[in-house]
Amino acid sequence: MDNNTCEVPVDATRELNPESLIKIKVLFFARAREIMGLADMTLEVAPQSTAGDCLMTLLTKFPKLEEICNSMVLALNEEYAPKSSTLKNGDELAIIPPISGG
Amino acid sequence: MDSNGMSSGYADIIREIEKLKVEKEEIENRISKLEAQLDRKPDETAHLEASQCCSNVQTVLDGHRSSSNGLTPEMIYRYSRHLLLPDFGVEAQLNLARSSILVIGAGGLGSPVALYLASCGVGCLGIVDDDVVELNNLHRQVIHAEAYVGKAKVKSAVAACRAINSLIKLVEHNESLRASNALDIISKYDIVVDATDNLPSRYMISDCCVLLDKPLISGAALGLEGQLTVYHHKGGPCYRCLFPTPPPTAACQRCSDSGVLGVVPGVIGCLQALEAIKVASGIGETLSGRMLIFDALSSRIRIVKIRGRSLQCVACGENAELTQQKFRSFDYECFTQSPMSDRVISLSIFSTLVYESARISARLYKDKINEHEEHVLLDVRPAHHFRITAIPGSINLPLSVLVENISSIDSALKAAVPEASGEAASLYVVCRRGNDSQRAVECLRKNGFPLAKDIIGGLEAWSRDVDPSFPIY
Ligand SMILES: [Zn+2]
Repeated sequence: MDNNTCEVPVDATRELNPESLIKIKVLFFARAREIMGLADMTLEVAPQSTAGDCLMTLLTKFPKLEEICNSMVLALNEEYAPKSSTLKNGDELAIIPPISGG
Repeated sequence: MDSNGMSSGYADIIREIEKLKVEKEEIENRISKLEAQLDRKPDETAHLEASQCCSNVQTVLDGHRSSSNGLTPEMIYRYSRHLLLPDFGVEAQLNLARSSILVIGAGGLGSPVALYLASCGVGCLGIVDDDVVELNNLHRQVIHAEAYVGKAKVKSAVAACRAINSLIKLVEHNESLRASNALDIISKYDIVVDATDNLPSRYMISDCCVLLDKPLISGAALGLEGQLTVYHHKGGPCYRCLFPTPPPTAACQRCSDSGVLGVVPGVIGCLQALEAIKVASGIGETLSGRMLIFDALSSRIRIVKIRGRSLQCVACGENAELTQQKFRSFDYECFTQSPMSDRVISLSIFSTLVYESARISARLYKDKINEHEEHVLLDVRPAHHFRITAIPGSINLPLSVLVENISSIDSALKAAVPEASGEAASLYVVCRRGNDSQRAVECLRKNGFPLAKDIIGGLEAWSRDVDPSFPIY
């Protein structure tokens, strides 16, 4: 599995000064990591974006993530976060689908 | 003198061999006696012991002369290193001895769980599994020995635990845990450890623990990752609070498909045993409300705070609809679109994706080879599977990249027959078990290869029906 971090360009639909964007580190686990082929990436989003917005941006760019988005633990800085949580620069958002093997 | 020395050395060796042979015979006798004890009507013993109820494990303590603190001298000596721990001590050890724990699954997770719980002195340890030991289990299911290949996992696991600790009560449940028997079995224990390998069992066990109000220590491992949580403990969430909707591709997420590094379930299983010991003995802070995530590749353990109990949860919420009656008839395999046992996957879910005319048996395909039929054999497994083993002459084109590389099939077919002959080569498709090859044929038929055929049952059928020396994995 690729551990490289990849930069995702800003969502072009939002007309914002790039300097005002905030950087979020997204961590992928289990099936999400398999789909993405990487363990984490940096995502640039508009200030005041929520965890849900961030997920939507990801889904638009990587539609294959659709399959895990209804069944996962979403953690913001290692704490449970509802999708309405507001993100700030440097936040770490973890996408953790359940695994069932044993 | 050389020859003299030689001959006396020779005689010594012969004598030594004879002596060892006698000892070997003695040992073998002892082994068969012990095996005979094991082979006593399994159900009889199990039911007898199970009906004696594990919830009240006073027997271990009652049968022996115990000192004033309640521990027998044998227990004091055996568990002395626990007793010496200021944070554990006599009280925690007594709590352990009075507790009963059910381990569901005697596989990669269940192996270390059962071994540690047996050796640490829980009063009663039950193990449920209906599977048999297979050679390809042994790289991670460390409780089983080669001698038990082909035998019931529960028997093997209980024998291993008994060999370690004869003081504790061990109960075999040599059956699969289903909604029909789960309430009966789980109700006999204080604590439940989910060491299963599939999604429907995880939902079922969680629901059952909510209904019976039992703490659930739930571990999972796949590939190079592991997860661990304690559910329904001290007001914490249950599995459904976290995952109200099952993920759609659960059937593909199994160790038998995706692989698993042996030590990963070992790590998670050890941590499950630790959580079970903490819950049973009442020490420390458990992982209730937190999830431990183990990443073997980067040697990282993350502990994430998870949501609390959901008031809307259908199992443990305010207006939960779950009842024992509903539970018994709930179809967990249907709910998760995934089977409890992987032995049935290739037979039931995907049996006939493509028309019979688009299929060929492994034996008939072998006939085509013998008849020197010009053909191309396309192997659609992932490249790392192809490197494990492949039929000589087959071409690897993984299903995931089939469409974008479809032109390469054309050239392979052309290369298979002499240009002048005017004949066309046939196209056969193979995979590991005959599921992906059907998907590939479906796709090929829509993309200009109407005569493509899949080999029924894949390489497993090839190995079984045509070439027994062909390795299966
Ligand atoms: Zn719940």
